[in-house]
Amino acid sequence: MARLKAHREMLDKYLTTDNLPTAWCPGCGCGIVAQALVRAMDGTGIDPDKFAFVTGIGCNGFIPRYFRFNELHVLHGRAPGYATGLKMARPDLTVITIQGDGDLAAIGGNHFIHAARRNIDITTIVSNNFIFGRTGGQYGPTTFYQDRASTAPYGMPERPFDLCRLGEAAGATFVARGTVYGVVRLIDILQKAILHKGFSLVEAITPCPTSYGRRNPEKAGTSGSEMIKWIRENSISLSKANRMRPADIEGKIITGIFAEKNEPECTDEYEKIRQKARAGLSSV
Amino acid sequence: MDNRNVRFIEGNEAVVEGAIAAGVRFFAGYPITPATEIAERMSYRMPQEGGTYLQMEDEIASLSAVIGASVGGVKAMDATSGPGISLKNETLGFAIATEVPCVIVNVQRTGPGIGSVTMAQQDLMQARWGSHGDYTLITMAPASVQECYDLTIRAVNLSERFRIPVILLLDTFLGHLSERVVLDPPLEIITRPKPEVDPEDYLTFDAEGTDIPAMADFGGPYRSKIIGNMHTKAGGYTRDPEIFESLITHWRDKVLSRKAEYTDIERVMLEDARVAVVTWGSTTRSVKKAIRMARAEGIRVGLFRPRTVWPFPEQEISELSESVDHMVVPEMNLGQMLVEVERWSRSRCGIHPVNQVSGEAILPDRILEKIKEVA
Repeated sequence: MARLKAHREMLDKYLTTDNLPTAWCPGCGCGIVAQALVRAMDGTGIDPDKFAFVTGIGCNGFIPRYFRFNELHVLHGRAPGYATGLKMARPDLTVITIQGDGDLAAIGGNHFIHAARRNIDITTIVSNNFIFGRTGGQYGPTTFYQDRASTAPYGMPERPFDLCRLGEAAGATFVARGTVYGVVRLIDILQKAILHKGFSLVEAITPCPTSYGRRNPEKAGTSGSEMIKWIRENSISLSKANRMRPADIEGKIITGIFAEKNEPECTDEYEKIRQKARAGLSSV
Repeated sequence: MDNRNVRFIEGNEAVVEGAIAAGVRFFAGYPITPATEIAERMSYRMPQEGGTYLQMEDEIASLSAVIGASVGGVKAMDATSGPGISLKNETLGFAIATEVPCVIVNVQRTGPGIGSVTMAQQDLMQARWGSHGDYTLITMAPASVQECYDLTIRAVNLSERFRIPVILLLDTFLGHLSERVVLDPPLEIITRPKPEVDPEDYLTFDAEGTDIPAMADFGGPYRSKIIGNMHTKAGGYTRDPEIFESLITHWRDKVLSRKAEYTDIERVMLEDARVAVVTWGSTTRSVKKAIRMARAEGIRVGLFRPRTVWPFPEQEISELSESVDHMVVPEMNLGQMLVEVERWSRSRCGIHPVNQVSGEAILPDRILEKIKEVA
């Protein structure tokens, strides 16, 4: 990992002050994800004009609002659909979606798995804070069993999704999890994901003190710093986890790259279809 | 016969050819009867034209993909039937709020819920008011396979011109009806207005009142912030009441201020008519026969049929109500255009609905009977 560039350099190059102050609460991890992301983008060397963000509804969906990149801020859960259309129509663009755990895995779950199945060259960043933060702390598809939420006052009765396993099973060809504690590692993962040809999923574990921490103080604390400490203490790298017994990694956050493989990519495959069609090769 | 491109094809296929002629190079859809032939034909034709056919995981995703493609600068279309429109309506509202051009075809079926794949005109009000919030869009309803071709070209042009979604209302019958059609190249192809300012000065939504904002494609020197929320001209989030007022009235006024560009009415034998039959879509075919039969019996009756059904031709109906004694309004629904006809004729003439929701065409005899009853 190269030395991090000065914050000021990133600010001048990629960020705008037009929409400040941010929409985020004190202690929120979205700003850390945002900074990791611009640094990763900078590291790819891709022409900034060619980046296109498609964002969902939720606090993380505000991230590109503070960026100087093209942005399409869309309906709840539907970012993969818009991104797929954009990428198919304009394969020259580097399309990045940012979604929350609720946006991606609840209302948008079907779109997510199909984008992964197509292996379309999109990078999806899911900022997972284990809760519906923006709407005030309702439980979501990644809320842990027995956690409290504004709609789970007696504890969460359901089991959570493991988003990386879900993405990998659905066909994503790059799958990784990082945290806002391990930010240097997160930058590295994001850069690899953007440069990967195919559908990339990066899950960024991030704190939501306001909606999650406040309701589960004994678990992760109630401030951003306490929660980041909780993330650090509960994270295990994949290589370490592979040497541990399943019982010992229960409930832990496994970080690392789970999948990285080359498989036929959707826009490339469709270009072959165009060539066939122009050569009159249809059987219809 | 000259060397024009004459074909014998069904309405759904004519829509595909119209779209291609108008420059559509992206289609996303989801299989649904009776619109599936549009998707099937698009999957064959789009790649031939260098375009893209995409079958999405559901109806919502297909319109989402269409909007994504349009943002990338490619003219894009989606097609479905009533149940699909119900699912897409939130996304349609997104295209209104972000002023992204696209065309949505509804090959109507009968009834709410799953309904039935039979002839109907029950989605007229849904086309106008289906999404939440307040907005204005354009809806066109062909009555022949030739019009399926012609009005699809027009729909694409108008969506680009006004930066709005345009809906085409076909029905089960028209989608599957095969007729002679002449596939002439369009007289005009319209493409969305492009920004001419320096990239540094570009604002994503730089329009108010009756203006139509310039639209930059993603990937060029301009940076866009296309957000589906209530927004500032720069694409920033806002809660300013003055901006709300100005933005929502802008979405209406940019369309309503240019009625001459899209108002399209077929008028037949209205000059001396005491009775006007006001109808739309496929029912027009039965009405024309009924009018010929009534004229043969000496009844002074004519046809008033908007091809552009939304915005409704309010002024024209108002004027018509002053020149005739009665209007007969046949529709394959329980009275949807009727509401507008009653509203704009302001009780100046008799209004006589002929409604049928059996999933079968209203036959000319039934319309003739009503004409004779009121004449």
